Amino acid sequence: MTTPTTSLAQPTTTLATAPSAWRDALRIGLIGGVCAVLVALIGMIEAFSNRNIIAGVITLGTLLIIGSAFLSGYFATRSASDSPRAAEVIGRGALAGLMTSLFLTLLALFVNAVPTIRSMFINASPALVQLLTLGQGMPAGNLLLLVVGTMMGALAGLLQLVPPVFHRSLIIGVVITILIGMMQDLLRVTFQNWSALRPVSNFFFTSNGLAPAGAATIFALAIVFNVVWSQRGDRVRAGIRSLPPAQRRALNLGLVIFGGIILLALPWVVGLFFSEVLVNVGLFVLMALGLNIVVGFAGLLDLGYVAFYAIGAYMIGLLTSTSKEIVFAGGWSFWAALPFAIAVAILAGAILGIPVLKIRGDYLAIVTLGFGEIIRLLAQSDFLKPVLGGSRGVELIPKPAIGPFEFAGPQELYYLILAGCVIAVFVSLRLKDSRQGRAWMAMREDEDVAQTMGINLVNTKLLAFMIGASLAGIAGAIFASKLAIIYPHSFNLLISILVLAVVIIGGMGSIPGVILGALVLVGLPELLREFSDYRLLLYGAALVLMMLVRPEGLWPEEARQRELHEAEEEVSLSEKLADDEELAREGATG
Amino acid sequence: MLELRDVHSYYGHIHALKGISLSVEKGEIVTLIGANGAGKTTTLRTISGLLHPRHGSIWLDGERLDGLPPDIIVRKGVGQSPEGRQIFPRLTVMENLEMGAYTRNDKEGIRRDLEHVFGLFPRLAERRNQPGGTLSGGEQQMLAIGRALMCRPRVLLLDEPSMGLAPLLVETIFNIIRELNREGTTILLVEQNAAKALAVAHRGYVIETGHIVLSDNAANLRQNDLVRKAYLGET
Repeated sequence: MTTPTTSLAQPTTTLATAPSAWRDALRIGLIGGVCAVLVALIGMIEAFSNRNIIAGVITLGTLLIIGSAFLSGYFATRSASDSPRAAEVIGRGALAGLMTSLFLTLLALFVNAVPTIRSMFINASPALVQLLTLGQGMPAGNLLLLVVGTMMGALAGLLQLVPPVFHRSLIIGVVITILIGMMQDLLRVTFQNWSALRPVSNFFFTSNGLAPAGAATIFALAIVFNVVWSQRGDRVRAGIRSLPPAQRRALNLGLVIFGGIILLALPWVVGLFFSEVLVNVGLFVLMALGLNIVVGFAGLLDLGYVAFYAIGAYMIGLLTSTSKEIVFAGGWSFWAALPFAIAVAILAGAILGIPVLKIRGDYLAIVTLGFGEIIRLLAQSDFLKPVLGGSRGVELIPKPAIGPFEFAGPQELYYLILAGCVIAVFVSLRLKDSRQGRAWMAMREDEDVAQTMGINLVNTKLLAFMIGASLAGIAGAIFASKLAIIYPHSFNLLISILVLAVVIIGGMGSIPGVILGALVLVGLPELLREFSDYRLLLYGAALVLMMLVRPEGLWPEEARQRELHEAEEEVSLSEKLADDEELAREGATG
Repeated sequence: MLELRDVHSYYGHIHALKGISLSVEKGEIVTLIGANGAGKTTTLRTISGLLHPRHGSIWLDGERLDGLPPDIIVRKGVGQSPEGRQIFPRLTVMENLEMGAYTRNDKEGIRRDLEHVFGLFPRLAERRNQPGGTLSGGEQQMLAIGRALMCRPRVLLLDEPSMGLAPLLVETIFNIIRELNREGTTILLVEQNAAKALAVAHRGYVIETGHIVLSDNAANLRQNDLVRKAYLGET
């Protein structure tokens, strides 16, 4: 299994490495402190202090303050789990936590002493000082923060010493409690819809944040569940695996039906606002599944993916609009226009594909980037204004309807998106395990070798671009009819980047990963209004963090996980050499 | 069976092959030996269509191959085990072999050929579910050869199969090449290890800076002064 491999982690002589481990803790504490100060100065702490996690106990802002000290302590002691002395580990964590909270304390003192700093850093406000002293006023609060920070760091060190099962369970418990606390709006509103559930809701939630008793219950439940699962989970899974095939199939079918019912009922359970969020998430799931085919399956980095989304949207707009300002406004129904929207998107996929057949890697990314911008600029141009509406866009796009049923609001549109996503998942799953999927995989690994396996690169690449484009075209079509009006600036580069981030953070090539990625990157920020200002910052941080900590994504594809963790699991060189010797002996005797 | 007539290939402006003519008859092992950069791998890349010759022609059983794209050339029956054991490191052994049968649709035949490859290389059968990247060097070479066999080639091109392997294992690999040939596979073997290559081959060609400088049967080449000095390290 994995073992820490840094030189610090394996002290051959404790005496020689101990000082450097302490220095390391100090360094991590410093880095944590700088990050925490940055987070404070860009206003995140203050903005997030309005959101209670546990009513009257802790807000998201305070959580950031003490959480930074905890994280410093955690990372400072991460590689020290096999250290012989417990006190040393805890001490190192405490040192890192102290350093981080010291930075925040210094910031508070500085802001207090030099109020004019606000002209430069608008967020360095008295309110921030108030938060950084944990509401206790100047000298007492400063001391308190230092003490709390040190304790948090020590706690993180302590956490490294408990058995891994509890270590993991505790972290999962904290994360789940915080997540439920952050999403209490959604959950409480949902519960309030059902009168029978109201007492439950009132136990867990107050009007602003989790109730302390509720939070404790959630925390305890999460830990108990995780401990039990880690001890019994294997047996349950083995039990399921040993079921006769007929029963197993029945179980799978039952799960699918259960999931299907939940998905179908969802918009009416969660209400109007959250249905809107679901529709937005769904659009990105659809696009990300399409881009996943291009980037994840075939390994072609496409930064202009928004072009196909735009083409789908504009085709629907032009063909269905009843606007007088568009020369070719068709006034068709959504369903008549949809096949054309998809077809034109596919055609555009081929048109992009042909010139880039010989281009690989970074160069491909640049060309596709340009393609995306060209499409947007064409839509915006005055030259094409009579046809495409210029910067005023296309108006009066009707809603899709089946007979008397109109996909008018988000709760109805949800089903349209759901249908699109189901089709996309189905197509992705079938392609992945097909001959075509294997050809993409081989091409992704090595184009030359793929060719010598008899794979036609031209067809293989074009097909990836075209299928990817078709899914984005569907997403664009639904987007256009959802908004009833489309502008060129809805189709900027940022959409391409966001979809790519969804694919990368979710896990390239992994279908459940991509769906999870869309939920995290698109869903969470919409649920947390405070996030919206910091959305791009957090995306960037999340991408960097993912690349460092978990480059295979949140829910990785099997083969990619193999590649990225090869170094850890890989049979060592000496083992390989031993294998070869054995092989040679076999060959010599046989 | 396989014939190159006055083939010239270029990398950009670099004239890499300056008129290569060679032939491989059915059931033969023919080796192409030469130093680093002499044009051995370029010759193979030209045959398999990754590089298109600017002059000359390539024939397989009376059919012209030059100018065709690589995937068609594979379908015509030219299988290749590329230089440096380029297997797919994160696909399992089984998946690697299945990739080799990409051009084929006959499930039954593929299954039989898999059995055959596993019979030739029992070690691969043991490790069929292990990612290719975790195999040892010798095992990866076996996988590369096995994968090339999966497309049922009429001619098998082997690019430096002994490269980077321990001496004992080189012996094993050459025994396998001999065994394959006994089963009727026609092989064009590119090697730096001239002694070993000439020991298994029927005929050989010596390539220097893009020219064929010598061609004869293997026994005669082993006696040739130039070969003995330059490639066999004898004085």
